[in-house]
Amino acid sequence: MKVPNDIIIRSVTKVAVVIILTFAINLFISGHHHPGGGFIGGLAFSSALILLFLAFDIETVRKNIPVDFKVVAALGVLISVLTGIGGMIFNMPFLTQDFDYFELPIFGKTELATAVLFDIGVALAVIGTSLTIILSIGDDR
Amino acid sequence: MINFILICSLLFLTFSILAISYRLVVGPSAPDRIQALDALGVNLIAGVAIFSVFLRSVAFFEIILLIGILSFIGTIALAKFIERGVVIEHKRSE
Repeated sequence: MKVPNDIIIRSVTKVAVVIILTFAINLFISGHHHPGGGFIGGLAFSSALILLFLAFDIETVRKNIPVDFKVVAALGVLISVLTGIGGMIFNMPFLTQDFDYFELPIFGKTELATAVLFDIGVALAVIGTSLTIILSIGDDR
Repeated sequence: MINFILICSLLFLTFSILAISYRLVVGPSAPDRIQALDALGVNLIAGVAIFSVFLRSVAFFEIILLIGILSFIGTIALAKFIERGVVIEHKRSE
């Protein structure tokens, strides 16, 4: 009787997840002036979590990441809508974004944009939605 | 000269992708199709890399990493489906 073991995939996953998460954050950060952004950053992030779910099982990952992904998706949409409403407070159209240059202690002169907050909402919505779909149709019972 | 070589290699990659998609559609068993999907990902990565050399640009390097990650995860999921019958286990088997 052959007993299946997956030591290779678990060893590879422990290294590859770190690389994929770093790449996802890099895609998210570079999204303001270069290719990338909230949507594709969220997709790369959720692909790392899907790799964790594939290599281990649902109970182990749920115990270590105790987050309800439906709440994550709702929170992301809420953050995006609130960012859009923030433009209306200053008597501008809905979803108006702004940016300015600040002097930060370590980074020096840095451009801070409110579009990053909108992108955080988009990324959270994408992560929550994709992982809810995958876990709903991929569960074995 | 170098442009001619790059265009020739893109042409042969196109032939390779055509042959792979024949195996992807016709392939008698499921492992053939999984192998064909993995090889298709590798050929797409090679095509994007040659194309970025052709354009002298570094803007496509993130696409290479992204195709690699997605192809890796897809291959693992399909292989696990063939061997175990389930893709995501609810409780650890051993």
